[in-house]
Amino acid sequence: MTDFSRRKLIVTGLAATAGVTGLGVATRLAQTYGLVPPDHGGIYGLGETLNYASQRLLTRHSLAREFPQSQISKPPFANEIPPLNDVFKRLQAGGFADWLLTVDGMVDRPASFSLTQLRSYPSRSQITQLACEEGWSYIAEWVGVPLSHILDVVGIHPQARYIVYFSIDPDWWDSIDMADAMHPQTFLAYGLNGNELPVGNGGPLRMRLPRQLGYKSVKFVTHLTVTDSLKGFGKGLGSSDPDYAWYAGI
Amino acid sequence: MARPGSVQVPLGVGIPGSVSSVPFTSIILRHSALVRVTHWIITLCFLALLVSGIEIVISHPRFYWGENGNDLTPTLFKLPIPSSRALVPTGYGYVLPDQNGWSRYLHFQAAWIAVLTGLVYMVFGFLTEHFRKNLLPAKADLSWRGLSAAIATHLRFERPDQAGAESYNVLQRSTYLFVIFVLFPLVIWTGLAMSPAFVSAVPASVTLLGGRQSARTLHFFVSLALLLFLVVHVAMVCLAGFSSRMRAMITGRVGTYTERT
Repeated sequence: MTDFSRRKLIVTGLAATAGVTGLGVATRLAQTYGLVPPDHGGIYGLGETLNYASQRLLTRHSLAREFPQSQISKPPFANEIPPLNDVFKRLQAGGFADWLLTVDGMVDRPASFSLTQLRSYPSRSQITQLACEEGWSYIAEWVGVPLSHILDVVGIHPQARYIVYFSIDPDWWDSIDMADAMHPQTFLAYGLNGNELPVGNGGPLRMRLPRQLGYKSVKFVTHLTVTDSLKGFGKGLGSSDPDYAWYAGI
Repeated sequence: MARPGSVQVPLGVGIPGSVSSVPFTSIILRHSALVRVTHWIITLCFLALLVSGIEIVISHPRFYWGENGNDLTPTLFKLPIPSSRALVPTGYGYVLPDQNGWSRYLHFQAAWIAVLTGLVYMVFGFLTEHFRKNLLPAKADLSWRGLSAAIATHLRFERPDQAGAESYNVLQRSTYLFVIFVLFPLVIWTGLAMSPAFVSAVPASVTLLGGRQSARTLHFFVSLALLLFLVVHVAMVCLAGFSSRMRAMITGRVGTYTERT
């Protein structure tokens, strides 16, 4: 072996070691600071992790744009909704008087809230855009109770890392991290443009996250679970439809 | 790193795999390794972005201007294609399969690799003066006479001479600079302007474009411009000599063909 190739071998070896170590350190740091999404595995894990990590670093506290009344889209567009099940229809027939939002998991005081109770909490109204991953969008005035308020009422454990939220349709659920859960614009919406939230737009109760695309704003929400891991939910990838990226801020 | 330039080699020493009936008197190092590697990585990413972008457009082939647009609002224009969503009024009696899940994953993954590769290329391009030496057109070539001569040569579909194999002409230089410094930054900007989280941190990125739907429409047109560039680029490679140009971009070398006297 000549000197030249030996030097090359040593340099390459050192570079490779530094690279692997660097990657290990980066992974450890990313895990610690919550920069790794649940769907980080697989062939698209790289892009997905870069999306989530970079946007978490850039947008942890930023506020979604809010618009003047004049920019509200009339009428608000109601996208397709899946067929409503019998439980929903029965509650609808009763004017949603028996609709309950159940909160459990890593909380001090598991509880169920009726719509009347939710409406009695400090409400928040905001004129934000709902943008669908397909490309369309509309602006509406949403009224609801901040998710952070509900989480304060039930008292979440310090190790909580995700909120999993379920639709009345048992095959429809999704989850968000604590940065989004505690964000002031994340709320459970029950009103739209001065009226009750129509069924077509997710009424009577819809998760609303204006900093993520529409598919994270699950309709007909009945159940929240506070957890430190998404492993026990479905395939462990954070939502009922992991064909779509878990993080939808882009 | 091998720098572009002329390297004298013994007569008859050809490029591996080339037909040796035509002797070379010299071999030019045409494209540096970094240019070649970044070129092909970005080519792959561009194709992935194109395919996934088309799939995403199919889910809503309608375009708008301003902040909002949906099935209830008037369009700026529509693409005359079927959609992968039943609710979109396309005039077709059928719905295409939904491909948005993997398309969105692939679109962003390819975008990240393209942007990171592009950054490496940019730093390299300035540090080694690649942009100034190989892409910035000479002042003389930018005159009307220089430009019209170059355009006339192209319109006559003349095969480029040896100088054309060793360096870029003024139209190539201008086009490449436009693609690198105008179209790519624009397509990244208009893409980011559609991210609800990104615009919450940088609202000007979307308001300067006139709103979310304007950003989407502009993203579509800039992508069309990039696609047009790709088509013309590949057509020119074929016209100029597909195998020699491909060899140059893969091995980095161009043989200088001169008759032995």
